[in-house]
Amino acid sequence: MSMRMGEMSRRGLLRSASSFGAALVIAFEIPREAKGEPAKPPFGPVRAWIRIDSVGTVTLFYHKSEMGQGISTALPMVLAEELGLDWKNVNVEHADLDPDHQNQGTGGSGSVASTFMQMRKAGAAAREMLVAAAAKRWGVSPENCTARDGAVWRENDKISYGELVESASQLPAPDFDTVRLKRPQEFTVIGKSLARKDIPSKTDGSAVFGLDVRVPGMVYASIERCPVFGGKVKSFDAANAKAMKGVLDVFAIEADREVHSTGGVAVVAETTYIALQARKRLRVDWDYGPHANESSETLRKQFRRLVDSQMKVVLEQGDTEAAMASAPASKRIECDYELGFQAHATMEPMNCTVHIQPDRAEAWVPTQAPEWAAQMISKASGLSPDKIVLHTTYMGGGFGRRYQADFALEGAQIAKRTGRPVQVVWSREDDMTHDFYRPASYHRVSGAVDEAANITAWRHKSTSTSIAQYWRDNAPPESSELGSSVQNPYAPRSYKLEYLPADSGVPRAWWRSVEASQIGFVMESFIDELAHGAGADPYEFRIRALGNARKIRNPLDEKSTPLDTARFGGVLRLAAEKSGWGTPLPPGHGRGIAAHFSFNSYVANVVEISIISGRLRVERITSAVDIGIAVNPAGVRAQVESAIIYGLTAALKSEITIENGRAVETNFNKFTTLTMKETPPIDVHIVSSTADPTGIGEPALPPTAPALTNAIFALTRKRIRRLPIKPADLA
Amino acid sequence: MAVSFEVNGRARSVDVDPQTPLLWVLRDTLNLTGSKYGCGIAACGACTVHIDGEPARSCVFPIESVAGKKVTTIEGIGDGHRHPVQEAWIAEQVPQCGYCQSGQIMTAVAFLKKNPQPSPTDVDEAMSNNICRCGTALRMRAAVLRAAKEMKEMRGREPVGGAR
Repeated sequence: MSMRMGEMSRRGLLRSASSFGAALVIAFEIPREAKGEPAKPPFGPVRAWIRIDSVGTVTLFYHKSEMGQGISTALPMVLAEELGLDWKNVNVEHADLDPDHQNQGTGGSGSVASTFMQMRKAGAAAREMLVAAAAKRWGVSPENCTARDGAVWRENDKISYGELVESASQLPAPDFDTVRLKRPQEFTVIGKSLARKDIPSKTDGSAVFGLDVRVPGMVYASIERCPVFGGKVKSFDAANAKAMKGVLDVFAIEADREVHSTGGVAVVAETTYIALQARKRLRVDWDYGPHANESSETLRKQFRRLVDSQMKVVLEQGDTEAAMASAPASKRIECDYELGFQAHATMEPMNCTVHIQPDRAEAWVPTQAPEWAAQMISKASGLSPDKIVLHTTYMGGGFGRRYQADFALEGAQIAKRTGRPVQVVWSREDDMTHDFYRPASYHRVSGAVDEAANITAWRHKSTSTSIAQYWRDNAPPESSELGSSVQNPYAPRSYKLEYLPADSGVPRAWWRSVEASQIGFVMESFIDELAHGAGADPYEFRIRALGNARKIRNPLDEKSTPLDTARFGGVLRLAAEKSGWGTPLPPGHGRGIAAHFSFNSYVANVVEISIISGRLRVERITSAVDIGIAVNPAGVRAQVESAIIYGLTAALKSEITIENGRAVETNFNKFTTLTMKETPPIDVHIVSSTADPTGIGEPALPPTAPALTNAIFALTRKRIRRLPIKPADLA
Repeated sequence: MAVSFEVNGRARSVDVDPQTPLLWVLRDTLNLTGSKYGCGIAACGACTVHIDGEPARSCVFPIESVAGKKVTTIEGIGDGHRHPVQEAWIAEQVPQCGYCQSGQIMTAVAFLKKNPQPSPTDVDEAMSNNICRCGTALRMRAAVLRAAKEMKEMRGREPVGGAR
């Protein structure tokens, strides 16, 4: 190889050698040292994103976790756009954990939004180097050359990228801040609905999920956990378990406060089944801890007591008390809303495979947060992070659950003692009863409209099992709970938000769309109540309340993106138009509308329902989304469908209830989900835009439940204020 | 006690606890990891395989009951090519996370054998006991109907007396 070693990472060489055979391969990777100061590289990840070998095989690496949202296609599409590749010849591969990627955490609907420009600049930089190499060979100016379909062209003459990589890789990388990017009108890949690269392997059993990892010499482990949240092992008798053929070891592992792992008694065995069976033979004496008497009912009583009390004022604009007092009683509304806990219930239970050797560790983790997983493996093994190789596998759903690191820590705790590669398997019951649930919350909202249907007051008191409080963040407990209620788009003339956290031992964290799933329900139910209170059409009332186009800043976080009421109104209008809002419906049918701003995206949903002979049926859903540039519209549509179904399931079917300090629902027989025959068709409409892309994994969820309950109200005049909906609510 | 049976056309013999569910034999003993563990109580369908052509939830099917039978898993359903149901799954871009899809496809293949020309309602009934948390149900319905149409056309193209 004639390439200068300084311009190519050793890691890159090794990777190429192992994949293709060193003699034939020259990896084309932009050296980060070539531009800027090494300590502060402009875009360090570049070299790990693109690999072109001398026969022209292009591999694009995605550094965010593929959990079903299609990121393994969307991110490479952005690279391919600027790089000028023929999409069908592009291979994609998941990047292992690599500090060069800076942030491989996958959540908050943020992967495309946060890396779109980085990816484009990386692709453009590589393209410019290839063009420069070709121009040099032809002895012409680069301006006379174009790059497309994996080659540099000069009129009808072309040189393929494979032929250029060696010379191109010796050129200096262009300045990322000035590298020419395509104009949106020039896009040939971005904005096209393309088939996902991961789908074929997900139809033939060949996709490797966390539980499918098989390593020579591996064993399996499972952990008996205290059924009560926060409980611990007092003592245990493992004699019967150890007597089972195939059981290799039984030992206690510690709970960890940093990741909120449960601890328990670990069984290591030759197969998963033996490990699971041996758990049943353990005799464990548990210390149930301080939360053994908690139940959904005790929590509900506490919630009510809290909203009856003086609460912390988080936001106050104008004088809501005075506005309420001056409103006629007939124009005043006060309602309580409540939402229960929800499990993520990913189809693949939590798991992790780890091999810890004296000088290194290797792990295969279905994780949304590979950095955190590696930190925990480092903590449990005592190995420094650079001694840990972490492969992110496909994962059977994430929805926020896999942003946690409890299962990675457990993997390392057990692997350290076992010394062999070990796969820690959570049973479905473990997974459902030791989730980090979507918090439960309770809301008291009051407000008034004047004779001209202006909203004169809107006061929202709420309490919940705060996520921030559970994780002992430095942030105040309400910081994780209020979402975009701090940016109310409906311009009430006086507005007040109050909050106090409830005391609870139930583990909780980020569930799909996080607090927006609750705040969206409350805000969009209440605006509907105000509309009906004013005798107005709920859609017209919303549009009118939005008023003139303006940007509403988040007063608690000046750095966050303002809400643009024009875009909010835009999705409402589009959803109304496409759903035929206002047109007659068959008898027994009703329509509801809701919109919400979350993750900087705007989504409005119209839900059409029927209730015939007391049976509620969701007939169809129309969704309008504004997410700026839609990189892969087909993928966007799939995510909108997915988030809506996830939200509908939580509105209509699933719930986690608490009794005796533990989850009552332990498996899919009790935690039920929407079936095919209950699934409505969903029409997705994407606002055409050249604005920077925002996310779409979550934002279609929040306006789903309120559009549904608003439809129920439109049809029956029954207002559902507690989710999930129970059959008795409709009677 | 050794149990002998056939998996995807190949004779297999395993020596495990006879109560071991087929799923764990497939996954941990035979390294056929396409069939998934989702619930362990036959509630979600992710583990669905065919036993003598009939769909079965392998997570609750003891291996001793499989003795002498023919098991087909997602790895063997295409018989060397992609099955029309798999093709339809790709055409409709069904999978998201993909974890439940082996079981969904195995359920669909078995269903179409029994009911080669189903109505959408038939499909709903047949597929409603399989869980998908990504919300791909309607794409699956479309894929099953597409596969049915495709398989009908294939039958039409075959010479008289030809069998597939």
